Amino acid sequence: MTMLEERPLDEPFAADPATARRQAATSPETADRPRSISSRTFDDRMSLGGSAVASLCLVWLLYTVVLPMSGKLGFVLLWFVAFVLLYAGVTAVSQPGPVVRDRIASAVIQGGAAVVLLVLVFTVAYTFVRGFPAYRHLNFFTQDMSSAGPSDPLTQGGIKHAVVGSLIELGIAVLIALPLGLTTAVFMTEIGGRFGRIVRTIVESMTALPDLVAGLFIYAFLLIALGQERNGFAAAVALSITMLPIIARSADVVLRIVPGGLREASLALGASHWRTVWSVVLPTARPGLATALILGMARGIGETAPVLIVSQPSAYFESNPFHNPMNSLPLFAYTGIRAPDTNSHTRGFGAACVLLATVIVLFVVIRILARQRRARDARPRPWTRLARRASS
Amino acid sequence: MSDTVEFSATGELADRPRDIRTAHSGADRVFRLTATSVGALVLVVTGSIGVFLAYQGVPTFRRYGLSFLTDSAFDPNLNKVGILAAIVGTVEVAIIALVIAFPLAITSALYISEYAPQRIKSFLVSLVDLMAAIPSVIYGAWGLFVLQPQLLWVARWLATWLGWIPIFDVPGSDPRAANLAASRYEQSAFCAGAVVAMMVIPLACSVMMNVFNQAPPGEREAAYALGSTRWGMIRAVVLPFGRGGIIGGTMLGLGRALGETIAVLLIAQQAFDVKIRVLETGTVTISALVANNFGDSSPIQLKALLAAGFVLFLMTLVVNTFAAVVVGRSRSGAGVDI
Repeated sequence: MTMLEERPLDEPFAADPATARRQAATSPETADRPRSISSRTFDDRMSLGGSAVASLCLVWLLYTVVLPMSGKLGFVLLWFVAFVLLYAGVTAVSQPGPVVRDRIASAVIQGGAAVVLLVLVFTVAYTFVRGFPAYRHLNFFTQDMSSAGPSDPLTQGGIKHAVVGSLIELGIAVLIALPLGLTTAVFMTEIGGRFGRIVRTIVESMTALPDLVAGLFIYAFLLIALGQERNGFAAAVALSITMLPIIARSADVVLRIVPGGLREASLALGASHWRTVWSVVLPTARPGLATALILGMARGIGETAPVLIVSQPSAYFESNPFHNPMNSLPLFAYTGIRAPDTNSHTRGFGAACVLLATVIVLFVVIRILARQRRARDARPRPWTRLARRASS
Repeated sequence: MSDTVEFSATGELADRPRDIRTAHSGADRVFRLTATSVGALVLVVTGSIGVFLAYQGVPTFRRYGLSFLTDSAFDPNLNKVGILAAIVGTVEVAIIALVIAFPLAITSALYISEYAPQRIKSFLVSLVDLMAAIPSVIYGAWGLFVLQPQLLWVARWLATWLGWIPIFDVPGSDPRAANLAASRYEQSAFCAGAVVAMMVIPLACSVMMNVFNQAPPGEREAAYALGSTRWGMIRAVVLPFGRGGIIGGTMLGLGRALGETIAVLLIAQQAFDVKIRVLETGTVTISALVANNFGDSSPIQLKALLAAGFVLFLMTLVVNTFAAVVVGRSRSGAGVDI
């Protein structure tokens, strides 16, 4: 995925000078520390707080008394605009132009970031709150929907089939996408060349390939051309097509920052290219590769459109991926939310919660992996020391 | 492992590593062959996505010719197959999503790279990653139940005050009515675009953030040393340096917005007329059209949908490849003048 481009703070080694400089700047002993540029006086704090309160009161007055306007979103937007204007005005009384511009920019930038954070928090919180009623019934996790109609009370029916379907599909997709993705990444970094650059550009553009198109391709390939039926396996292959570029791309990023000195040391000791990759490059990048896999899984488990195209929202439990249509969590959530009645909504949100919780757990695992890596990098690993000795 | 020859300052040859790519052992040859063929496989898969969809679309293209692209009605039972309305809707939704997402993405990227305290920086980065990995069905549900009711008021405000601009016009709405005529504004391209924006933000944000982070520290310090404020430094150093990332991130976001399916499917109501009034109820995008009609379609209809998928594939491939090239160039430092 694009967002994995580079995570400078998490990476063990600095391959290029820019990263080295950044690392030097973050470790306390070596860096010359920049002076603090955020000293705030009493006056500054007061003008900030005063503008916030004044703009809130002004907009409240406008909204409720003077002008015929309504809607919470509009209120917040207007409040923010009024705040920025007031803050700029108050600052302009005592400060020169560049400071006024700096404060406007700072207010706008932090406001924008706050909006994005709020969206994330609201989305997660809303999903959990709406899905909560479904959890109070244990059958939600132990039954499928074969015996329950969509509008039946929550004491009947559950998402067992969707959970199992998701797990099987994801498992098959990982089995396909992981070896291919890693090998592609190894090819791009270790062999490369002109062809490698072409592959890299294509992989990068494939990361944003619409999931629907992946589903359509598998439909045209497996179902029409090879005559398979709609089943879980086809859905898994479609998922692996969306996961492959993500795994390849993020693995590529971590393999690229394995320092060249390690490779050269290994080659200088007489190891073959293959031996170097297998015993030096891949082990060095192992935590990063695990992150790549988890990111691919997080993306794959949430894909709805491919499953919608090549499998079907079936209500029955099915553990054979080659036989009948298989449901999956995102698909179950989608059909539930699209249905007109409240019980379906709650079931849909319940499935969405399980999905969201899985994604969040995967991300917590990534964080833990990254932290372990940083702790371990504090002391150099044996082969790092060897390589250093060899290169000096 | 560089295979270029380096010159020292005096123009002489620097000491040159011996060529290590002379003879490969058997295992090496197998390794290189396997890796290269897997790399080629990725190209083949990408290529065959195009080929298979195009091949399935051939009967449709042959039968309807250019009218497939210029006809707006999509009703295979009445022998009308045109995706003009869907193409226009796709572009509309994507543009609305970008208009909303771009300012939010760039401000969050600047916040994380320039304003956030060092301690929480890596946490914020993984929040952005998490936001990108949240399934679109969850954004769609949130947009449907939470965001859309709020957006209606904004839509009415826009229609009331900017209604004289054709794109904001909503015929038949009465701005003086005390109650909000929700049915006129619901399920519009505007609402769909706003929800898609939620998915575009993290994608664009992380690309921009990575490029901003690479802005040379020496020049940042130089700007501060010359007495610049933080914003002055951002304007003089970070933004010019990150121009490639800003363009590339936006293009990648555009690619995502063009292909988004489930959120649009949940929000928008299908309407097969080419319209530029984005606040009005009803729109259709290619992906929503395909996903909505795929389940119960006749073979002829299926071919038409696969052909529509091919058009979508081409659109996104062009946008994404362009973005990948722009981002790739900015990362290597070329094409960025400081």
